[in-house]
Amino acid sequence: MPFAGCFHCGEPLGQSGYAAREPLRVRVQGTDVSVCCPGCRAAVQLIGELGLDDFYRFRTVVSPKPADTACAWSAYDDPALLQTFTRDGPQGRNVVLMIDGMTCAACSWLVSRSLQHLAGVRHVSVNTATGRAQIGWDSTTIKLSELLGVIASLGYKPQIATADNEAARGQNERRGLLKRLAVAGLGMMQVMMFAVAMYAGDMQGMETDVRAYLRIVSLLVATPVMLYGGWPYFAGAARALVKRTITMDVPVTLGLMLAYSASVFNTWRHAGEVYFDSVTMFIFFLTVARYVEMVARHQSTQVSDSLGRMLPATAHRLSAGGPGAAVTDIVVSQIVVGDRLLVRSGEVVPADGVLTKSSTELDESMLTGESVPVERSVGDRVTGGTINVGAPVQMCVTAAGAGTVLASIVALLTRAQSERPRITRAGDRFSSRFLARVLIGAVLVCAFWSIVEPGRAFDATLAVLVVACPCAFSLATLVAVASANAALARRGVLVASPDAIEGLAKATRVVFDKTGTLTDGVVAISRCNPLGASSAAECLQIAAALEVGSEHPIARAFTDPEVGREGLQAHDVQVVVGGGVAGIVNDKRYKIGTRAFANGAASPPSALADEIDDAAVFLSSDDGDLATFALADEPRPESARTVAALRGQGLGIEILSGDSIVAVRRLARYCCISTFAARRSPAQKLERVRSLTSQGEFVAMVGDGINDAPVLGGAGVSIAMSRGSALTLASADLILIGDSLNALPEAFSLARRATRVIRQNLVWAAGYNLTAMPLAAMGWVPPWAAAIGMSMSSIVVVLNSLRLIRSGLPRPARPGAAPLPLSFSPAMPAPALRNPAP
Amino acid sequence: MSLVSVLIPVTMLLVGFGLWAFFWAVRTGQFDDLDIPAWEILVDEQSDAAAADAAAAAADPENPA
Repeated sequence: MPFAGCFHCGEPLGQSGYAAREPLRVRVQGTDVSVCCPGCRAAVQLIGELGLDDFYRFRTVVSPKPADTACAWSAYDDPALLQTFTRDGPQGRNVVLMIDGMTCAACSWLVSRSLQHLAGVRHVSVNTATGRAQIGWDSTTIKLSELLGVIASLGYKPQIATADNEAARGQNERRGLLKRLAVAGLGMMQVMMFAVAMYAGDMQGMETDVRAYLRIVSLLVATPVMLYGGWPYFAGAARALVKRTITMDVPVTLGLMLAYSASVFNTWRHAGEVYFDSVTMFIFFLTVARYVEMVARHQSTQVSDSLGRMLPATAHRLSAGGPGAAVTDIVVSQIVVGDRLLVRSGEVVPADGVLTKSSTELDESMLTGESVPVERSVGDRVTGGTINVGAPVQMCVTAAGAGTVLASIVALLTRAQSERPRITRAGDRFSSRFLARVLIGAVLVCAFWSIVEPGRAFDATLAVLVVACPCAFSLATLVAVASANAALARRGVLVASPDAIEGLAKATRVVFDKTGTLTDGVVAISRCNPLGASSAAECLQIAAALEVGSEHPIARAFTDPEVGREGLQAHDVQVVVGGGVAGIVNDKRYKIGTRAFANGAASPPSALADEIDDAAVFLSSDDGDLATFALADEPRPESARTVAALRGQGLGIEILSGDSIVAVRRLARYCCISTFAARRSPAQKLERVRSLTSQGEFVAMVGDGINDAPVLGGAGVSIAMSRGSALTLASADLILIGDSLNALPEAFSLARRATRVIRQNLVWAAGYNLTAMPLAAMGWVPPWAAAIGMSMSSIVVVLNSLRLIRSGLPRPARPGAAPLPLSFSPAMPAPALRNPAP
Repeated sequence: MSLVSVLIPVTMLLVGFGLWAFFWAVRTGQFDDLDIPAWEILVDEQSDAAAADAAAAAADPENPA
């Protein structure tokens, strides 16, 4: 499937934003395609060499971008270490890998095929839903590091599933549930056939021994369904009773027990009615709902895993000693507190610690969501998962593994995920209250008939109990929520918190963060203001020549890794951390960087003052100032479309940003948003959301950075971008996977439909029970009609809920598929901006 | 009656066999990956010559359009 932008990763080509440069080309299946960087080109070439080009025809999402920095996979070949996370099996050595970025079936196919192509690999099994791969290989023919290297060069990030049996646990749960589903399903079909025969017999007459025979057979079939299929509910009810709480399992178990034991009793006494069909069908529906819920849950565990995957796979340990200390590559799990580690430029900090040597700049977007790096010097604390974008540094580890900030965030999210939906809990309370009343009613009915006509007491009481079985109630919210979760997951929205669907449906106003949410968070040059005699193009060329050697994220805005120079070369380049770059181009000395660094005391022309935001970059020569570059991150291609669609649904839209007013106003104009606020601290953001709430609005907050985390917590419902900071993900109700806003409008409308369906279900279930129960109490409902009515009410509820999954086909995510005018590129100057004359 | 009393046990046997087969399939991992095999049959197996061509072409990035 073709994507706009890079053929492999879909990122825009020639990110640098100025002169349209020649992109990298690579040949795939006889046609030339463009890629954005050497990493992507290598990945495309590798896939071509393996003969797996078909991957590009079948994939439904763009591929992840291969990492720039090489990882020292050979650290994994240490035999002692291998013993800890691999085991011997019939297929050679076995290992379980978590593979980050493997999100579609085509990705899994690619990973599995490219591994199978390697000599020595005997067995590969990949699970897309959990993002895990099981590999068996011959350790004498091929090393583990080579396997990991191949996966990494395709753009995916492999990580050893160390010491966690989650993969095995997930697989066992899935297998167990599938078996229960089969037993319940097949059993239900059989019992149903016998039930139809008996209903027919009730109308046309049937010999008593045939009826007795059919009942006994039904009993035989229903018993394994009851015991094996129903076991999870009984166990759940027992757990709940031990903890002195009422969960949905309690009324479910009670209903099942009553209907089943009454049926067994009636079979034994050859009188009355049996309800084996209802029992088996109920268990089957509950198991289906549970299966759907499990699939959604496994998908969202993948997200919490990927937080853990933000740590690098390997680290460089320095042996104790002087300046010539030896560097050993170790696996990140071998780090212990007190280790001295070397973190090279461009690498991810592998653990929490304190800098011991030299200062650097760290990209802490993992924690803060802000892409501008911060400076850290000796003695400062650094957090595992942040990226060293400056000079190589040494650190002393203060916390590793489970003690790190990152691990605590992951733990937080895992706990948040284990909670059950509030709407389902509301259903629990409702049905247990209802059930209590039914039990009282049944006792009264029994007492009444025992006095009036003792012969009818048992049948009438049983009819009351069966009619009132809370099946439809318990299924009403459970199946609807499970269907909505599945439908949302298909559209790229993961439900991470209990109240998400209810909250989405109630939302009246959507508040967006700017950086990383409405924009893509990648810094680009929004305009160049020449100040001297040189033209803008010349200034950009000089800047590119200076910045080409720098790893700084802002430098990337000026240069493409390969095509950066365009004839100009810089010599004597000096990088000053926290300042900028100085160097000689065309025998002339230039400086580029912050205002203080580049032009010292000289102040910029006052006309520029309000145009300059925090992220301005200055270029100067020895003769004076040459230009300023305004930096901004580009809006996502889908931002304007998403905002328009949300407004079309009657939602109010607003931007709350910590950025400068210039940048926010420009974005608001681009997205046609009239309400916006700039320079807001997290506390001010939260205050704004609170005041909106007190005005009666129900606020949905969309954000990505840690500065958004308190707002996300304070908003009615919160949505995070999947590339946002870990804490943000942990405090969000929903997570947009695929780093795109495309699915947002549909998520809102789907949630509204889901609550409508839940309401319909509850009204139906309550209506049915309220109509049927008085009739049953009067003894007017023949037990077979009670059984059919009970089954039908459940079926109606299930079918009604399943409409949610079937409504609307999922669209493949196609970033940038619809071309939108990007007024951010200087090639197409935004008319709204003033153009100050130099 | 006599026919039914024979046929129902036969059905039970068949159901039992079906369940056993399903359990076997689950145990041997037939249901562990439901994504890849579904569309893998759509992918054409490339001949060695075609694969070599593709590899040669991919190895030459400067190839003009």
